[in-house]
Formats: sequence, structure tokens, C-alpha cells
Amino acid sequence: MKRLLGIGLLACSIQLSAASFEYPLQPQAIAPDTFVLEGKTEDFSKENGGYIVNAAYIVTNDGVVVIDTGPSRRFGEQQRALIEKATGKRVIRVYITHHHPDHFFGNQAFADLPIYALPETIRGVQREGETFSNNMYRLIGDWMRDTSVVAPNQEAKLGREVIGGHELELLAFKGHTPADLAVFDHTTGVLFAGDLVFNQRAATTPHANIVDWLASLEQLLKLPFKVLVPGHGKVTQNDQPIAQTRAYLVWLQTILQQAAANGLDMNEVMATPIPADFKEVALAQNELNRSVAHLYPALEAEQLKPAKQAE
Amino acid sequence: MRPLFIFLLTSLLSPWGWAADSDTLNSPQWQFVHTRFLKAEPYQFDGAVKVEAPTDAEDSLNVPISFQVDGLEGIQEIVVVADLNPIPQVLRFRPKEMRPHLSFRMKLQQGSPIHVAAKTADGLWHVGGVWVNAAGGGCTLPSVGTASGDWTKTLGQVSANVWQRPDGSNRLRVRVMHPMDTGLASGIPTFHIENLNVLSEDGKVLAELDLFEPISENPMLSFDVPKQTQFKLEGRDNNGNKIQAEVVQ
Repeated sequence: MKRLLGIGLLACSIQLSAASFEYPLQPQAIAPDTFVLEGKTEDFSKENGGYIVNAAYIVTNDGVVVIDTGPSRRFGEQQRALIEKATGKRVIRVYITHHHPDHFFGNQAFADLPIYALPETIRGVQREGETFSNNMYRLIGDWMRDTSVVAPNQEAKLGREVIGGHELELLAFKGHTPADLAVFDHTTGVLFAGDLVFNQRAATTPHANIVDWLASLEQLLKLPFKVLVPGHGKVTQNDQPIAQTRAYLVWLQTILQQAAANGLDMNEVMATPIPADFKEVALAQNELNRSVAHLYPALEAEQLKPAKQAE
Repeated sequence: MRPLFIFLLTSLLSPWGWAADSDTLNSPQWQFVHTRFLKAEPYQFDGAVKVEAPTDAEDSLNVPISFQVDGLEGIQEIVVVADLNPIPQVLRFRPKEMRPHLSFRMKLQQGSPIHVAAKTADGLWHVGGVWVNAAGGGCTLPSVGTASGDWTKTLGQVSANVWQRPDGSNRLRVRVMHPMDTGLASGIPTFHIENLNVLSEDGKVLAELDLFEPISENPMLSFDVPKQTQFKLEGRDNNGNKIQAEVVQ
């Protein structure tokens, strides 16, 4: 019996060491000096380790600027090692676009550097980081090993700044979260839109204000970008992902308002058919279900009237 | 000694020894649920009991559950149980003059089977259910109202509205302000609505509802009611606070 147990334990340990927890990071060159690590358009899973997000970097004369650090310590470490090996340059600073867990949990690997974010993003990480962390351990398991919350350590200064020959403009928006940072590289024409823009992947709404979000998308459309890096989905050389994100959000807002006005409860709203336009959009049904949980309570409450309290 | 031990062991472990049917949700707690909440009475799993909930709960404090029991006559009572919750019993619903449909929200402490059982006049329980995955923790947190201290200003206040539905029934939606504290958050005693009845304008009871701790804070309930536009609500919580309100469209 003891021997059997021993063999069992041995088998377990072999299985554990066989899992490498290597993220399949393959830098795509999208413009001069500019690379994207493109994640899958999936939900968090123990198979993808949370590599469902786009992280990017710009190789300047002074060193490398990183935009978003991914879902885990392992991701941040592998991202940094890959960048420094591939470019032969040091990373000099990091920008975090917003406070969602797939965008900042690699910060541990960059803790010795300035990590910039909007003030409300820093507060969001401080306020909700532990909750995110617990949930991420549940969703991606051992990929999260030794990951802890490291909040951005510098407030991003809005406006233009030349870094190693690249003129970067930092723009503050809101709508996907209360603070969404976009980075526009005037030198290459690349717009890093963060999660204000999704491409063929349904927009997520846990901290969304759709009215603000739509206004932010209008502002993004006015920028003279040549290449658009969405937070999730493929990089494009046109504004199609902005149009798609806008159409999805308008549809979402409309069906939620109509459902509330017709007295539907949440499960009935989740059964709303997904229009043909979004059939190819990954996770549309999942995100509709989540958005009902996020956005419906406020809309349905507006439709209720105070009842007459009897004495 | 030994044969008796083996007999006891197999009767404890075997799901076939006594059950009329096997639980499609494979709930580890089904025997307990059947014994405790269905009084070990006869039952069958029945597709007539339709339960809807998202597969993954986004908010463990507000998991939306809906059920419809269509095609069964003489329903006496419908029981909802979340098998793996620390307090499994969620509600008991006795529709008298309305359809056996209900939507509500509940707290989940972890992913769990949600069983809905409807007892017909012949004494048989008809059982349906769904599995809901959840991050959990919903039952051991203080309610928002208790944590902020705001609950005293709004306790027992009712908001509601009535809609005409395309299927010929009316929809009554009701929200009652109440912390619905489970008693499982440290230092905060159990404090929840125990009973809520829906009456027609002339005082006829349309449905009776017993609510338990897992029901979400400020319960939001959707009923499919007869084609009336005025209703009364009567209930009380476990501290004896009364709920009494009149709803007009």
C-alpha cells in the first residue's frame, strides 16, 4: 500500500514538472520599432494562462517602452526577458492602460522601473487588486504562482513627450473603466487604444459606463492614426475595430434599456438573440451574460415606482 | 460485525439503494437535500421543471435564477435549494392564483447545483435544476446596507411596477429594501425577510413566499400574475418588522 502511494506521488510530481508555464510569446512587428504580443480572443482559462490580452512595446533609442504587462508574474517575467533578448536593450518604462487584471499583473517583473498609469487606475488597482488576484488564481491556477499586486508607481502625465526619438502622446479617456489611458505614437502613427477598442472579441463591461465609452470612441476616431492596437484582437490599419466596438455597445445599451422597459428579469435578457453582425465576435454570449449582471440592475431600478406603504 | 459494516457502507454510498431516479446534476448533496428539504418524500426528475441561470455567475452576491413549471396540475409548493451553500434552502413558493413562474437573485458561497422541486397534489416532487459556477464568498460578506449603516432609512420600502406581457399574463416586479444578512458574516446576526405574500386588490392571496438567508440583499422578484394591475404585498422579517405595500401600475 505504501509503495503504491509512493508511485502515485511520483506520478503527480512528474506531471507537475512537465507543465512548463511558458507563454507562447511571438512579437509581431506592426510598425517601425513597434511590436505586439497578441493574446487569444478567449476567456481566462488554465489552458491559455490568461494570455488573452495584447501587450506591446516600442524600441526607442533610449530603451524599450512597454505597454501593459499581462495577466501574471510569469507573463511579465517572460515578456521582459523576451524583449531584452530580442532587442538587446533595457526596458526603461511601463504604461498600464487600465486597472483590469489581464493588463497589470505582470508588474512584479518591472517593479524596479517607473510604471505609469492614470491616478484613478492606480486607485483601482489598490482597491480591487486583491479581489482580482483571488479570482485569477481560481481561473488560471498555477500560471499565477507567486503573483502579487504591484500598483503602478507613477502618475501618467498627459500630453506629448519625446522618448528616444519617439513622440508619445498620453490621452486620458473613460468608459471601459473610470480611467482608460491611450498612447499615441506620433512618430509611427500607432495608437495603443487599450480596452476602449476590441476587435472580433466582445467588449467587457465590469466597470463600464457606455455613454462615456461611446464619447471616448468618437475622440479616438479623430486621431490621425495609421495602425490601431486594440486591447483584445488583431491589430489593424483601419478604424474598423472602433466601428465594431461602437456598434456592439450601442446594441447592448439598446437591448438592456428595452428589456428593462418591458419588465424582463435577468435570465430573460441573457436570452436575447445575438445579431448576425456579431455572430463572428468571440464570446458575445458570455459577455452579454456578464454585461447583464454589470449594467442591468441600474436600468431595471429606473423602471420601478415607489409603492404606497400601508400603515 | 463485518457484514453489517459493509452493508451500512454500501447503503450510505450507493445512490441506487433508495432513490427513484438519478440526479442529472450529480450533486454530492442530493441525498441530504432530499431528506432534509423534501422530507424524503417520493420524487422524480422532471423536464417540466425548467430552471434558468447563467453557467458562470458574474456576481456571487446576485446570481439570477428563474424557474417555470409548466404542464403540471395541482402544484402545492415549489422549493429552491442550493445544494452546496452553507445555508442550502433559498425559498419556498406556493402559487395559488398565478403561474408557477418566479425570478429572483441569490447569494452563492461556491459553485453549486441549484435544485427546484415542485410538489403536486399526489404528493410527488418533480425536480429540475442547473449547475452554476461561481467565484463564491457571497454568503459570508456583510450586506452593503449593514456595512454602510444605510439600511435603517429604507428598511421594508417597496418599489414595484406592473407590465402587460405579450403572452397574455401580466408581469409584477417587486423590490423590497432589506439587508438580508445571512448571520455568517462575523458579528452580524441573521436578519432576513421570512415571508412575503402577493394579494390581489381585494385581498385574495395570489401566492405565498417564504424567503431564506441566501436571497440577495434588497430582494428583486418577478412574478407572472393574472391580468390585474393592482396588488398588495404583505410580509415580515425575522425581527417582526412588517412589510405592507400597495402596488399600482
